[in-house]
Amino acid sequence: MAGNQEFDADRAQDFRVVGTRPARPDGMDKVTGKARFGADMNMPGQLIGKILRSPHPHARIKSIDASEALAMPGVKAVVTAEDFNADAKDRDVLTNIMARDKALYEGHAVAAVAATSRIKAQQALKRIKVNYEILPHVTDVDAAMQPDAPILHDDMFTQGLDEKPAKPSNINARHEFGHGDVEKGFAQADIVIERDFKTAATHQGYIEPHACVANVGADGMSELWVCTQGHFHVRSQCASLLGMDVSRLRVTASEIGGGFGGKTTVFIEPVALALSRKAGRPVKLVMTREEVFKASGPTASSSMRVKIGVKKDGTITAGEASLNYQGGAFPGAPADFGAMSAFACYDLENVKAVAFDVVTNRPKGAAYRAPGAPMSVFAVESVVDELAKEIGMDPFDLRLKNAARDGSKSSYGPKFGKIGLVACLEAAKAHPHYAAPLGPNQGRGVASGFWFNFGGETCSNLNVNEDGTITLAVGTPDIGGSRASMCIMVAEELEVPYERVRAIVADTSALGFNDTTEGSRVTFSSGMALIKAARKAKEEMCKRAAMMWDIPAEAVYWAEGAAHPSGPNAGDFEPMTIEEIAGSAAKTGGPIAGHHEYNADGAGVSFGTHIVDTEVDPETGYVKILRYTVVQDAGKAIHPDYVEGQFQGGAVQGIGWALNEEYIYGEDGRLQNATFLDYRLPVASDLPMIDTVIVEVPNPGHPYGVRGVGETGIVPPLAALANSVSAAAGVRLTDLPMSPPKVLKAIGATKLAAE
Amino acid sequence: MRYEAPGTIEEAATLLARESGIARVLAGGTDLLVQLRAGMIEPDLVVDVKRIPAMMDIVEENGGFRIGAGVSCARMGEHAALVAAWPGVVEGAELIGSTQVQGRATMTGNLCNCGPAADSVPGLVAAKAVATVVGPEGRREILVKDIPAGPGKSNLKKGEIVESIFLPKRPERSGDAYLRFIPRTEMDIAVVGVGVSLTLDADGTITEAGVGLGAVAPTVLDVEDAAKAIIGSKLDEAALEKLAAAASAACNPINDKRGTIEFRVDVAGVLAKRAAKIAYKRAGGK
Repeated sequence: MAGNQEFDADRAQDFRVVGTRPARPDGMDKVTGKARFGADMNMPGQLIGKILRSPHPHARIKSIDASEALAMPGVKAVVTAEDFNADAKDRDVLTNIMARDKALYEGHAVAAVAATSRIKAQQALKRIKVNYEILPHVTDVDAAMQPDAPILHDDMFTQGLDEKPAKPSNINARHEFGHGDVEKGFAQADIVIERDFKTAATHQGYIEPHACVANVGADGMSELWVCTQGHFHVRSQCASLLGMDVSRLRVTASEIGGGFGGKTTVFIEPVALALSRKAGRPVKLVMTREEVFKASGPTASSSMRVKIGVKKDGTITAGEASLNYQGGAFPGAPADFGAMSAFACYDLENVKAVAFDVVTNRPKGAAYRAPGAPMSVFAVESVVDELAKEIGMDPFDLRLKNAARDGSKSSYGPKFGKIGLVACLEAAKAHPHYAAPLGPNQGRGVASGFWFNFGGETCSNLNVNEDGTITLAVGTPDIGGSRASMCIMVAEELEVPYERVRAIVADTSALGFNDTTEGSRVTFSSGMALIKAARKAKEEMCKRAAMMWDIPAEAVYWAEGAAHPSGPNAGDFEPMTIEEIAGSAAKTGGPIAGHHEYNADGAGVSFGTHIVDTEVDPETGYVKILRYTVVQDAGKAIHPDYVEGQFQGGAVQGIGWALNEEYIYGEDGRLQNATFLDYRLPVASDLPMIDTVIVEVPNPGHPYGVRGVGETGIVPPLAALANSVSAAAGVRLTDLPMSPPKVLKAIGATKLAAE
Repeated sequence: MRYEAPGTIEEAATLLARESGIARVLAGGTDLLVQLRAGMIEPDLVVDVKRIPAMMDIVEENGGFRIGAGVSCARMGEHAALVAAWPGVVEGAELIGSTQVQGRATMTGNLCNCGPAADSVPGLVAAKAVATVVGPEGRREILVKDIPAGPGKSNLKKGEIVESIFLPKRPERSGDAYLRFIPRTEMDIAVVGVGVSLTLDADGTITEAGVGLGAVAPTVLDVEDAAKAIIGSKLDEAALEKLAAAASAACNPINDKRGTIEFRVDVAGVLAKRAAKIAYKRAGGK
């Protein structure tokens, strides 16, 4: 957990703006409908793009004949795989955005049309003739690992084995993490519990579908307006996929109606660019909801086995996990992250997690909030819960006894620095929720979770305007309130009112490369960049004041939004405000700015602990959530409303995953529920108010102590719900989602067993 | 696609009868417009019935209620006398969609889509409601339960339109109720739906009953055995068990994305009991 010592404990005693809850700068536009999202952009002369998608889960594409479509009035271009750069860096993305030899899942793009209207484009799709040779398919992770399973990629030989396998398979890679000797550990245990678990694939469920408008000029200069979490990444990928110079593509990020990791890659953007390049006109492409479900990037489904041994005094002697994740038709299921996270909450002598990254005939997975962790942690925290019951120990006491602490060797290798798990567990245990009484058919579950958090490449600018207000340019799209947090941190640093600072998300031509808004990195990385930029601007403003006062720059300090002479010896001057300094900048050397660019290190890991009460209807298996409390370490909450919002949002998405959300495939390999009617996201009335407790154990790697908070919140709920529902139903549930038919069946099964 | 908005039902029926291509009736449009946008259907003719005055009212008639086919579910919920007489029918209609959808969606549209899980239909079947249908051969009356033929298929003939649904006069000491099972609390589609209507005598014995079951067979079922199970009882435990068994026995469901066969069979019995208890209480039973 390297990273520089950035945290300033003295300064943290004395925050004025940090920790307050000002109105969000984007709020007014969003509530009045003025905010411009992906589909709100239109360009003069634009065409509408539509994508032809494979109806088959696995098929060889023998030929594509678009001549009839191209002959239709209003149809201006058709593109297929041939229209993309076959030497693109990321071959998987190249093949995913437009199928090449084979369609690998139902919904896989096969061709695309640009026409003068949506109807014409849709009609043209029907006239494109694709000759398919249907191949056997597989959508289940365990089935895909069988030796006789249909093979998706003839060149996939499992990586991470001692020897390269003789035959290709659907297992892309094996990952292993851990230390010690688990067999020895299990031998020392008084009780060992081993269980199998399953989780269904879920979708991020963002409300705004993918949308973009592309415009490739006759000279090759191109612009792309897009709803994304990372426009710099979109630029790199699109430039590579289309074989163009990065400098020729300018990407602007729209406002974003949810991403949660699902908008960290490209799907339709390169297609829109290819269509525009071919048609010579701007092309707008917007996914339907059905396309979002079938052809964007849901998260992995999993099949897992977890074994944990414990002594009667509560000492966990060993933990072992075997995780199979399928991440769709291409490598990249977050099995490795699952294995790394599985036991991260525990300080164990003997721990081993093995994970397999498996391909199936499903859409290529994308990131989803703490990718890979919720599933493995669900399995581990379920077994820990069962062990606590088995030895008659309070589930918090068992967790506290074995908790990862400052300096613990983590289950995935590095030593933890300063971490907040124990603080979270103690706060949860002391919370009134944990002591509240329960009624019949009600149960309480607790679970903890962890996420790494990320720093990454960051480049931010700060400009002091001529009236002394501040404009910030950041390269990380605002998906969770980061513009407000940026303004707060700069206002804090410059000691000016929050209202004097405004932030925009700048396009790709205005800043150096920025990593995507992912890994809970923005408040940490872009925030630290802007704090450093503000410090540079402060230094510059002190210099300008010194120049005007004609005293040495070292004799000037910054306070209360103004330059001050350091004492009577330096000179007898009234403080010079930021407005005065900015107003006379022309005379002292020109515009005043600060900027900072770096590859941020030192993102502190974040832990959280959740408590949930549920009631199970024993006659229908319906689960009602009665009460929910999230306790999580934020390091330092810059804007507590947003931090609480992240905690609540993570919990709600986890609740959906635990109870009713799932990708349901038929025998035919087709997705059965590609609508919000049948893909059952929780609705507002399903949920109680989610209570939150912000724990603040400062991250040494950030000047204000910030840890990322966006992802950890989705990690504990699957297990917390499973533990709660299992307690309420009187039977252990190990298969997510715990939909009513499954719960009712489990209750029935137990009743029979009891008779 | 042609759009027509005639002023009389006879004109509407003629338009539909004459159309050789695909014709659709537009009432609230909460299903039709979604299907159009999704490209699921491409009709040649859409006939909007909202300009037909006779189809836009709730009228009290011989002590019963005639509900025009274009009346929105929200308006049903605002009609105090209708709610008082047929709370179960209204609560079924009011479960369709969201608040916004309620302002447009109609009970007749829900019926004529012939979805097995239509929320407003089990209550109508339990109530023995009658639909008035107008077509090229004139006007006829048909029991609501006889309109659906299967998922998405109706027994109406070409050119026929439902003009209104009639709920008969309620005897004293009557009550009805509708319950559905969904895994969420709203914005979902019934996995099982049960409507129960009953009438009591002075000492609380059930003299008449109807039980409609939704989402457990290709059409909404009128379960006479379930009604018989409680007629003559005061809804004691034994009668409730017989009711549940009859409801479960009537089920002929499928396994699908919304629920399993065994779940639907079990829960049909559970909800029948629960709905009967509510209806019994509403009828003044104790």
